[in-house]
Amino acid sequence: MENLRAIYTIWLRDVKRFWRDKPRMIGTVAQASLFLFVLGTGLGRGLAGAFAGGRDPFLAPGIDYVVFIYPGIIGMTILFTSLFSALSIIWDREFGFLKEVLVAPISRSAVAIGKALGGATVALFQGTIMLVFAPFVGVALTPGMVIKLWLFMFLIAFSFTSMGIVIAARMRTMEGFHMIMNFVALPMFFLSGAMFPLKGLPGWMECLVNMDPLTYGVDMLRYTVVGLNQYPLSRDLLVMVGFGLLMIVLAVFEFNRAD
Amino acid sequence: MDKIIEVESLTKKFGELVAVDCVSFDVEKGEIFGFLGPNGAGKSTTINMLCTLLKPTSGGAILNGFDVLKEPHAVRRSIGLVFQDPSLDDRLTARENLEFHAMVYNLAPKDMWDRIAEVLRLVDLEDRQNDLVRNFSGGMKRRLEIARGLIHYPKVLFLDEPTLGLDPQTRNHIWQYVHDLKEREEITIFLTTHYMDEAENCGRIAIIDYGRIIALDTPDGLKRQVGGDIITIKTVDNERAAREIKERYGLEVSRDDGSLKFEIVRGEEFIPDLISGLSIEITSINWRKPTLEDVFLKLTGRAIREEDAGPVDRMRMYARTKGRR
Ligand SMILES: Nc1ncnc2c1ncn2[C@@H]1O[C@H](COP(=O)(O)OP(=O)(O)OP(=O)(O)O)[C@@H](O)[C@H]1O
Ligand SMILES: [Mg+2]
Repeated sequence: MENLRAIYTIWLRDVKRFWRDKPRMIGTVAQASLFLFVLGTGLGRGLAGAFAGGRDPFLAPGIDYVVFIYPGIIGMTILFTSLFSALSIIWDREFGFLKEVLVAPISRSAVAIGKALGGATVALFQGTIMLVFAPFVGVALTPGMVIKLWLFMFLIAFSFTSMGIVIAARMRTMEGFHMIMNFVALPMFFLSGAMFPLKGLPGWMECLVNMDPLTYGVDMLRYTVVGLNQYPLSRDLLVMVGFGLLMIVLAVFEFNRAD
Repeated sequence: MDKIIEVESLTKKFGELVAVDCVSFDVEKGEIFGFLGPNGAGKSTTINMLCTLLKPTSGGAILNGFDVLKEPHAVRRSIGLVFQDPSLDDRLTARENLEFHAMVYNLAPKDMWDRIAEVLRLVDLEDRQNDLVRNFSGGMKRRLEIARGLIHYPKVLFLDEPTLGLDPQTRNHIWQYVHDLKEREEITIFLTTHYMDEAENCGRIAIIDYGRIIALDTPDGLKRQVGGDIITIKTVDNERAAREIKERYGLEVSRDDGSLKFEIVRGEEFIPDLISGLSIEITSINWRKPTLEDVFLKLTGRAIREEDAGPVDRMRMYARTKGRR
């Protein structure tokens, strides 16, 4: 009971801070729109033949490029927002607030779980804003689809926030933050198949793609939105749930490790 | 009197560096206990160990009857903390910071609001409670931190350099609150400072240097360790005057830029004697009661003041203001 209240308190703070940080909220939407509409439209024209025409068996999903990347961009938004939220722990350390949390008579596990849920909520919110773009992309969302998407988005967000916490727990300086964004977040995004179909890739890349947890996240979103999938949905879910559990356990462990 | 904190051979090493070197002391219930020492003496490190944020290398402590090592949660519930470095969430309002604290310390929801109002009143921040903390001045932030540390009715309040970096007026204010607090709540206050004059506010003071406690007493008791009052004189010939004072009165005289300094009990009675007895003309004379500064100088041979910090200390201070450990 006491721990539930602690989790709620930590969650509430993250949500409040996010809600007040409108520039961040808008920035995330702007970044996503840039990818979706500018890159999507630009690249889409060149790829139109291959994509919509359906001549090439590998590169022929038979849909518009923008529609193809739309679920990928939702996945990107969730990945970036989750990691950003988790890495705010480094900020808290730098600005001293983390001490206030760590010296409180609450279990460290509650702190980690509260953080993970907070980041997940915030990322879910950003993902939901992305759903508003559906009509502009030319995707019709039904209420059933939206509910499924919410579930999947939350699962992805929770997993990646937990991953971010595991990373942030050991990081002492702000510089590390940009490193993580560049060397973890971007590769994960590129390899996830958010921007291109994962067919006929060279072996080394296919290997990396299969190791990238976001691949399965994007796959389940894409399956829900446009009915296109790389792997069976059950496999996507299995990988994502497994990854999420592993990460939250590690996050709790990291927080309990006294320093 | 009851002991609220009992520290036994507490030691902390950071690699080669012994930050806290086998200190033992007791703090009595209800007193204002001060840790006085220069930068890097080990004050914050000791507090961090007492509040369970840092594991001692060896030794231990009992706080409010709980073992710091074995019962960290009970210890945490018993203490309030104001850290040396700011620890507020400046994107939240003052009130939200207090609410966060009340909730993680699991205050009963029905008491929570009254208590928050009460501590806000104590530090005069009621009318600013809904402002974001980032818009607060340094002194207001400090007051808010004190208020926050009090919310959960702690038995001991730790104040690590509560007035560091504040202007003299605000510093006086903070002390006012600390004294008010002692009147109103049943609380023991453990504070650190390297301002000599502020240490006078404490009931007892431990002087700490290089991780060791080198003296522990009431401010007056400490000052008695200095051999009486301090007299500083200037003469037309300091060399001869020094010799004469030494021969005639058997006093230890120290020279510092152009003046002579010595200690003597009941200095005010000694002055007329000195003026008539000395064959060299005196151009100025100064008499004062000893300060803690003198005590520190006497015990360590060094002054405590910040400007006397060596290059290593200065580096450390720089690193600290950059917020890095
Ligand atoms: N995490 C750490 N790692 C390594 N050395 C440390 C660490 N924390 C403190 N020290 C060192 O331990 C010594 C004592 O530091 P401490 O912060 O306790 O001093 P202090 O008395 O609080 O000084 P100040 O008045 O400057 O706050 C210093 O030499 C400091 O550099
Ligand atoms: Mg300190």
